[in-house]
Amino acid sequence: MGIIKNRYLILRRISQLTILFLYFAANAYGWKILAGNLSFSKILDTVPLADPFAVLQMVFAGAFISADLLLGVVVVLAIYGLIGGRAYCSWVCPVNMITDLAAWFRRKFHTEKDNLISPSKTKKFRYAFLAVLLFVSAFIGAAAFEFISPIGMFTRGVAFAAGFGWIWLLTIFLFDAFILKNGWCGHICPVGAMYSLIGSKSLIRVRHTKENCTNCGNCLSICPEPQVLTPVINKKSDFINGIECTNCGRCIEVCNDNALNFSIRNYINSKGEKNEKTTD
Amino acid sequence: MDNKRRSFLVNMAQATAAATAAGTLVAGFAEENKNKELTLRPPGALNEPDFVKTCIRCGLCVEACKNRNNKVVLDGKEIITLKLASPGDKAPVGTPFFNARTGPCFMCDDIPCMYACPTGALTPDECKNDKGEVAIDYAKMGVAVIDPSSCIAFWGLQCTACYRACPELDKAITIEWRKNKRTGKHAYRIPVVHEQYCTGCGMCEQACVTEKAAIKIFPREVVLGKAGDRYVKGWDKADQQRVQNASTNTKTETGRSKKSAIDNLNEGVSWE
Repeated sequence: MGIIKNRYLILRRISQLTILFLYFAANAYGWKILAGNLSFSKILDTVPLADPFAVLQMVFAGAFISADLLLGVVVVLAIYGLIGGRAYCSWVCPVNMITDLAAWFRRKFHTEKDNLISPSKTKKFRYAFLAVLLFVSAFIGAAAFEFISPIGMFTRGVAFAAGFGWIWLLTIFLFDAFILKNGWCGHICPVGAMYSLIGSKSLIRVRHTKENCTNCGNCLSICPEPQVLTPVINKKSDFINGIECTNCGRCIEVCNDNALNFSIRNYINSKGEKNEKTTD
Repeated sequence: MDNKRRSFLVNMAQATAAATAAGTLVAGFAEENKNKELTLRPPGALNEPDFVKTCIRCGLCVEACKNRNNKVVLDGKEIITLKLASPGDKAPVGTPFFNARTGPCFMCDDIPCMYACPTGALTPDECKNDKGEVAIDYAKMGVAVIDPSSCIAFWGLQCTACYRACPELDKAITIEWRKNKRTGKHAYRIPVVHEQYCTGCGMCEQACVTEKAAIKIFPREVVLGKAGDRYVKGWDKADQQRVQNASTNTKTETGRSKKSAIDNLNEGVSWE
């Protein structure tokens, strides 16, 4: 029962750990399935994948952008822009495991509302931070966020046995657990902000059915970005259109009333409700 | 201004101010961290400022190095050359580097690290000779520098470990014979580095027998000087080519030199 109940959580962990393991194996055993790390990788030594935020910073820094990088950005934009939304954050990024752990810690000790910083006031910080980092990159002549990116440090630590930058990851845990709920992923991380913008029109989205909703609030309390749920839950039957939704699927799992499901946005015929089959 | 609009604008200003503060911190760390001029880079690396700008820190060069054909095992342990820097590695975070003493470059013929680079931070353009031929022998990772005070060859002891370890044998390091006047009957066999052939691979530093290496690799930008246009090897045709377009102006003009020498001498002297 637990497996079915937490199916997306389990799939996400499998996805995150598999990606980390493939990066590790590429270095340790010379596998070519997925080599590199989350800033740039190659699938089967041919298909490039590039972090759009890293490349955008490089553009601001005035770096030469190679064909491999451009193609890698196009592939990533296509994947997340069309189908994935902000799925990078919950299905790929390993830092999500740390911030989810901190969120679990908060639920365990009932400290979800105990924040040093007002959560509602800092939700837009990441977009300003993203913009500022682009200017900083131009100013110092190098991609600024890559020097401190915990995502980079985590993946490099696993793949290349480089020293982990453990302190940084511990800092994120402490920040999320004690200072601001979902603080890193939900308020600060400019990579997440970038993927919010990239995936704003993506096809796969969570859909809410108001008729089934009992207004129990389970989804709102588990969601790392509850501001995307509040305009919809128990108000109207609609897609969760907020761009910060990470498609993690936790709301679907905690809903006991079948009021939430993954679905595909229909741009061609917005009234074509019948064509929209749930995908779970 | 209504309240909703006001609170929106205030929130925007707060986010921007906080982001600027955070951005300043990042800028400070990144600026400090990116200028590690002693970092040894893989073959074919762009000059350091461009390299830090262009490298996306993916580690494909490190993987290519780890999984190269000519693996070297020392005392049952595989020698790792390229690594990605972590905080504290004295190299910009996430960028590839090597430590010549513990893991020198073994100069693979196929240069797998360079060709693995997707961004052009490592490029064959920086690993070729004047004729445009690309080969690992034309790599310019650094240059070897000898400390004569700790090099035992300068003491008069027989060594030549660096000379024999050098992949550019008898070109990048040669042995100069000098008379040992202390004993009167022995020879010094002194290693001499020739920068035009030295690739900076670090095999000499790894092989050096002293407790701390007496021959070390440093980036060429750090070690090499530049004679400039004022000096030329009159006996060398090629060197004369170098100064063909040199400026003929040999005067140094400052505010002081505009006046005649007499004026300068007399300045400030009161004639009563």
